Amino acid sequence: MAKIGVFICHCGENIGAKVDCTKLAAAMGEHPGVAVSVEYKYFCSDPGQESVKRAIRENNLTGVVVAACSPRMHEATFRKACAEAGLNPYLCEIANIREQCSWVHTDNDQATEKAMDITRSMVEKVKRNNKLQPIEVPVTRRALVIGGGIAGIQAALDIANAGQDVVLVEREPSLGGHMAQLSETFPTLDCSQCIMTPRMVEAAQHPKIRLLTYAEIESVDGYIGNFSVRVRMKSRYVDIDKCTGCGDCITKCPAKKISSEFDCGLGKRTAIYTPFAQSVPNIPVIDKANCIYFKNGKCKICAKTCQCDAINFDMQDAFEDIEVGAIVVATGFQVQNNTMYGEYGYGKYPDVINGLQFERLASASGPTAGKILRPSDGVEPQTVVFIQCAGSRDPSKGVRYCSKICCMYTAKHAMLYAHKVHGGKAHIFYMDIRAAGKGYDEFSRRAIEEDEAAYLRGRVSKVWQENGKLMVRGVDTLLGRPVEIAADMVVLATAMIAQPDAKEFAKTIGIGYDEYGFYNEAHLKLRPVESSTAGVFLAGACQSPKDIPDSVAQASATASKVLALFSKDMLEREPVVATNNEATCAGCWGCVLACPYNAIEQKDIVDRSGRVIKRVASVNPGLCQGCGTCVTFCRSNSLDLAGFTERQIFAEVMGL
Amino acid sequence: MSETFEPEIIAFVCTYCTYAGADLAGTSRLKYAPNVRIIRLPCTGRISPMFILKALQKGADGVLISGCHPGDCHFTHGNYHARRRWMVFRALLDFIGIPPERVKYSWISAAEGVKFAEFINSVTEDIRKLGPFEQYTQLIDQAKAPASL
Repeated sequence: MAKIGVFICHCGENIGAKVDCTKLAAAMGEHPGVAVSVEYKYFCSDPGQESVKRAIRENNLTGVVVAACSPRMHEATFRKACAEAGLNPYLCEIANIREQCSWVHTDNDQATEKAMDITRSMVEKVKRNNKLQPIEVPVTRRALVIGGGIAGIQAALDIANAGQDVVLVEREPSLGGHMAQLSETFPTLDCSQCIMTPRMVEAAQHPKIRLLTYAEIESVDGYIGNFSVRVRMKSRYVDIDKCTGCGDCITKCPAKKISSEFDCGLGKRTAIYTPFAQSVPNIPVIDKANCIYFKNGKCKICAKTCQCDAINFDMQDAFEDIEVGAIVVATGFQVQNNTMYGEYGYGKYPDVINGLQFERLASASGPTAGKILRPSDGVEPQTVVFIQCAGSRDPSKGVRYCSKICCMYTAKHAMLYAHKVHGGKAHIFYMDIRAAGKGYDEFSRRAIEEDEAAYLRGRVSKVWQENGKLMVRGVDTLLGRPVEIAADMVVLATAMIAQPDAKEFAKTIGIGYDEYGFYNEAHLKLRPVESSTAGVFLAGACQSPKDIPDSVAQASATASKVLALFSKDMLEREPVVATNNEATCAGCWGCVLACPYNAIEQKDIVDRSGRVIKRVASVNPGLCQGCGTCVTFCRSNSLDLAGFTERQIFAEVMGL
Repeated sequence: MSETFEPEIIAFVCTYCTYAGADLAGTSRLKYAPNVRIIRLPCTGRISPMFILKALQKGADGVLISGCHPGDCHFTHGNYHARRRWMVFRALLDFIGIPPERVKYSWISAAEGVKFAEFINSVTEDIRKLGPFEQYTQLIDQAKAPASL
């Protein structure tokens, strides 16, 4: 026999002024199965909770309904109080008579009548509630970090420094990402390589970090605490254990005219190569597409040169399955290919370059050893035009967002140019200067005031070649007149876009992405580093355009999330999950189609001799998120959702 | 009947979007018609057509279903399942003689308190115009009466 306690909260005047709580309490007291029905000013207060607990103990209540504010407000509070009084917390339900009744209606009688319906409906539900236990899932204390740029390295180091194992996977031959390509960094103008390479070395040498470069994620299965990840180790054709990184093979390789990806096409590399001199690990890879041996079957000069016998042309891709408990996605960004700006001549005139190419020109390790020389003839440009928002904030190019870093790096470029080419003139076309950040506005002001960059507010309509100059035609909207500048070089601040395979990869991991391919956070403001998939976290520019400080901060935040996850042996989860009645399940697998989480597995029912009698669906409570879509899909009514069972919902309807 | 007819309406909503939207209408102190009773579910994907029939059988004059906007489902695509189910179920309602206008379907997000209040008012008005749902009781009466040959 049900013994339900109904606790009606006045919430001060919030409910009490609109709903006749005394009448409600009296009516509920009459309802079959209700043992206690009382009202009180504030049940969420300490004495209020105490009175609930006392009532549970004294009357041996089998269920509790608190008619008060929204369950989103205090469900947890009252369930905890019930648990403290020895009642299973899932036998407590909230009747929402504040947000959805007293606050939204004007007539007292109507509000009281509605409150009665709501409370009665909940009483009927609670009568059919089951005792539930939180689900415990074990945690594998090893994190996977995908992406070896600054965000990935920071996350890996933070997790490893806390004593947990990390597998750091990078698809390029070296760690470093985009930050390794940069010359100096704003707003301090410290050299990027100088702050980046020590971090790379630290990550590679850390005893808790297992570094897998030139490797890609093939598949991700499992769920929070228990992911199974398949990694493809792409064949380097160089034995990583034998190679000493002497670099003799690179010097001797005859295929020398391959455009260097790291130098954004401004420099050349060999077919066996490391992306850059400070690569970590310092082990080369053979670029199969450009290797003379792989093309013609003859050469092998690298193998002959190698004194360690490290070159192996028969190497195959290797696969490894790794068990991890948490995943940090730090896959970074790409720079938009601005051939779409035909009017700016990118791809047509060699001296129209993008911001990342300018970084390589300005970098001491770059193709010009840090001298600003224009790509076409190696002459120092005397006039440079920088065009901001070349791609960003331009709906016609499919990028409506602001790439966030361009204002700052263009100011930096103008400064670097002024420091390196004395007497050179930098013109910057801009839409707005967005310099929010510590020391950022001061920095961009410095470009204008000390380094004399000429900022022109307006867009550029056309760039064309005339008498060996790049003619830039734009408009100065502040003076309200057209401008034409004869430049030696044009630098486009191209948009930061998602990796070309970002959407595909999101599907591999099972996370959401926006229309641009940036990964979706669980909540833009309150859960910015979590993806909507439990146990998968986001760091760096894969989530949205970010500068280095933001990426590092976000990476450390993911590390703290991962460590919080690893601080327990078992994870506790809400027991609102689907359950299956194996006796009636016909094995039609409709539920498998319905489930968004792949939480439904096939289970063999065997007899004593081990013969399979039938196959039924089995819900993995670790994966199930409790949406109940499968329950509605189930043709034989075998599936049900704990906490929202068919019986409970029908009773709720009938109780109204 | 001099008094205006006050319809009874039962709403099935998902907890992540529309229930939160209803809460927002409350915290914003918006006022709306008191005719709707809400039943909270984890997701619109959980809403079985049987719930709707049960509500109508119980005496509701109208039913409304509301969840997250397409693409916004907390459970990635429960609302798409609900929408597909509704497209089929609507035809069935029509077939069995229940006017599909008595069942309303909408998307209301957690940020749309105003939309929630307006929606409740408009649905209440619509159902009020349709009048009490009596087809069901009429069917029972018909079944009890001796068959006419």
